[in-house]
Amino acid sequence: MALAEMALEPHKVVIVSGVGNAAKLPHFVKANGVHTLHGRLLPFAMGIKVANPHLEVIGVGGDGDGLGIGAGHFVNAGRRNIDMCYLLHNNGVYGLTKGQASPTLKLGVQTKSLPNPNINEAINPVALAVTAGYTFVARSYAFDLNHLKNNIIQGVQHKGLAIVEILQPCPPYNDINTKDWYAGEDRKDGNGKPQPRLYKLEESGFDPVVHDEGELFKKKVAAMEKAQEWGDRIPIGVFFQNPLEPTFQDRFTKRISFYPENPPAKQQLKNENGASSVDLSDFIDDLKTS
Amino acid sequence: MVIESLNWMAGGPQGSGVDTASTIFGRACGYGGLYVYGRREYHSNIKTMHSYFHQRVSKQPTLANIADVNLLAAFDAETVVRHVGEVVNGGGIIVDSRDLAVNVLTNIATFSEDYKNQIRVFMQQNGVGETVNDFLNYAKQKNIVVFPVPYMDLLKEIGQKLNIEKISALQKMINVLTIGVSFAFLKYDRKLVEDAIKATFREKLVDMNLTAVNVAYDYTEKNFNTADFKHKLEKQPTNEPRIFLTGNQAVAMGKVLGGCRIQTYYPITPAADESEYLEAHEILKTRSGQEAIVVLQTEDEIAAINCASGACLTGARAATSTSGPGFSLMAEGIGWAGNNEVPVVVTYYQRGGPSTGQPTRHSQQDLRFAMHAAHGEFARIILASGDIAECFFDAAEIFNLAEKYQMPAIHLLDKGMANSSQTYPVFDYSKVKLDRGLIVGEKDLEGKTYKRFEFTESGVSPRAFLGTKNAVQWYSGDEHNEMGNINEEPSVRKNMMDKRLKKIELINKEVPAEFKFNFFGDRDSENIVVSWGSPKGAIIEAINQLKDEGYKVGFLQVRMVLPFPSAQIKELLTGKKRIVDVEDNATAQLAGVIAENTTIKPTHYILKYTGRPMMVTEVYDALKDIMDNKAAERQVLTLGA
Repeated sequence: MALAEMALEPHKVVIVSGVGNAAKLPHFVKANGVHTLHGRLLPFAMGIKVANPHLEVIGVGGDGDGLGIGAGHFVNAGRRNIDMCYLLHNNGVYGLTKGQASPTLKLGVQTKSLPNPNINEAINPVALAVTAGYTFVARSYAFDLNHLKNNIIQGVQHKGLAIVEILQPCPPYNDINTKDWYAGEDRKDGNGKPQPRLYKLEESGFDPVVHDEGELFKKKVAAMEKAQEWGDRIPIGVFFQNPLEPTFQDRFTKRISFYPENPPAKQQLKNENGASSVDLSDFIDDLKTS
Repeated sequence: MVIESLNWMAGGPQGSGVDTASTIFGRACGYGGLYVYGRREYHSNIKTMHSYFHQRVSKQPTLANIADVNLLAAFDAETVVRHVGEVVNGGGIIVDSRDLAVNVLTNIATFSEDYKNQIRVFMQQNGVGETVNDFLNYAKQKNIVVFPVPYMDLLKEIGQKLNIEKISALQKMINVLTIGVSFAFLKYDRKLVEDAIKATFREKLVDMNLTAVNVAYDYTEKNFNTADFKHKLEKQPTNEPRIFLTGNQAVAMGKVLGGCRIQTYYPITPAADESEYLEAHEILKTRSGQEAIVVLQTEDEIAAINCASGACLTGARAATSTSGPGFSLMAEGIGWAGNNEVPVVVTYYQRGGPSTGQPTRHSQQDLRFAMHAAHGEFARIILASGDIAECFFDAAEIFNLAEKYQMPAIHLLDKGMANSSQTYPVFDYSKVKLDRGLIVGEKDLEGKTYKRFEFTESGVSPRAFLGTKNAVQWYSGDEHNEMGNINEEPSVRKNMMDKRLKKIELINKEVPAEFKFNFFGDRDSENIVVSWGSPKGAIIEAINQLKDEGYKVGFLQVRMVLPFPSAQIKELLTGKKRIVDVEDNATAQLAGVIAENTTIKPTHYILKYTGRPMMVTEVYDALKDIMDNKAAERQVLTLGA
């Protein structure tokens, strides 16, 4: 939906995924798909985007993939601000291996697939992304398609590293954070009306955008504060958005002026006769002894 | 006497400029038309631990190091104690006169208790006292000349000339002082030394160092009878342009020549120098303008390999560079590249393992690991270079192999090559061609459904890069169908396994013999040495010496380890009386690979696993004993401090 609305051509889009249920997504979309290794979608995506910045790169993976086995890449990606959008599906469990606790399941929670209550505290993906340096951080909900689509479009169009955390139930293994739970079926008001847990930041007057550099710290703190809300009131929408930070591509262009038009994937490498295009005389002059 | 070959050695604490001094020494010799082979040894440490450098200089090309030292430039007392035994009859030792009184058991903080125990044994056996001077007197009995030089006085003199009062600011120039003293004894053309200094230092440091080297030169000529030292170095005319370079530098140059435009790495010894050198030269001069290589320092080696693979999918030639611990982390990435037929190149500099092992020392322990890393069965290329020139040409050519056969390719090297330096005629790279294999573009695919993993006769599917119109494509670490989508059907699985593996036969058929092995020496001899990697130089020099003495020996250097050229190797080894396997590891890994592919087993083994590379002298001795039927089946070499 989001890709169609942005009218992106399938051959110019590359969906890069890790391993897990969410990571199978590229096989269901008509666009280039690179289904990689568990936790490794970000390194692959970086290689693709740096080699050919003209491609629209979208990452897709789950909470275990990105925040467990791939946590090192998740954090370090924030240092580079590569222009791509990362969709992080979060359901609190490892579905493909029958429901073990993922890094986002709260301490003490016992889903039906766990023999004991979860003994680990949870990682907060929004807070971690803001801290690590992601320049667009949003959260959406799998059953609010329109909201999700809009967040994805914003994330893709953002110049820099964007993440959209997608809250989603996992009916077979997570019987706590269910569709009903998100809808607040367990907490009805006096009239018997469910009190939904999710609320939209954009409807609450929250402004996530860094308008000038002086606002950066304040906006990060505000996003971190919002990220702490969980339980009866769960915010969705954009937490943080900084369009001012130079992208990884911008940083390379400062050193290599022709990088945008002539990135690694587009270089000539050889002449018509097959000989290398490179003239090594600069290297050789430095090493010459006679 | 002007000798044909000289081995100069500098030693001192890490961080004291041993490398710089050695570079200047090697360059100065190169400027005089001499050939140089340099070997660098250092600890995994930033400052204080002992490091040293050998520069073997000769009128003829030098291919490897020897153990015998003719002139030792000791920056500190430790160097004297550690290396006094390597200086040969007629050799010389340059030492700081302040160090003579140093007590070797109590005053050298960097000596471990283990090492002190070794020293005690040495002292007892040879009746040597506890001071450095006692060690030097022991050397004098072996007809070694000792040249005590008051380093501090010379530094003061340099300070006066440069108007610098603080001696500590000059301390760093002890290395250049010893260069001046060394060349004064060798009676070598001072101008060439000055040129080497100018080429080594940044502009503002040049004058300081020129002053230092001249003060040292003058002091030596005034205060010593330089004729006491018999070895002299003489420049010789040369018409050919030459370069003096390390293996790391050769690989970097070969890579950009071969079209590498993305290099990823995580810092590791002894690989990182290559990536840094590349980044320093990221803008590439081309015949028509400029291109650039993008060097990416990733968060770990897992990211490094996968980032390089991702780049390959877009059509960039991409590589990563690492050593054993990093390659351990890359295993899953190699498997993904194998499953998805990605032509990613890994430059693998072996060092001592297992685990952190000997981070800065040489070894060839990872042949089997490079061959087998990652689960599952898939095709890969392993090309093992034997010297710095091979490093250069192979670094370019391996991209052709990887792309033509669409599989990961490992360029297997070692610390011995990475950190050694050697003189070569400027490489003639005019014959290096780039062959990108079977590539299809937008127009080829008009109106067709592109299948990235299409079944073909050869197993090689037409490759379109990500971003090509009409070529939307899928990749998956899962088993997949021709489209690249997950598929677990038994028939698809079998066909896909066969497709990937039959490319091995194609390589066996198509790749020319010179990529697979080299042969040196006497092809008809009943004696054959078989080896791979950096022992090459020492072996060639050793069999040349043996030949001069009337022994007939051939040498088979295996270069392509995977796919293993079984038929050709078998033919070359069949019917030999003595087959001598030479490797820098304890378990003779290549011998195992040969036996498994040819059913032929070596008769003798020469192995070394001290962390130091093989030296000509010891290889020669070991081979000679085998030829004379005096050797055990397995000989273990140990030369080198």
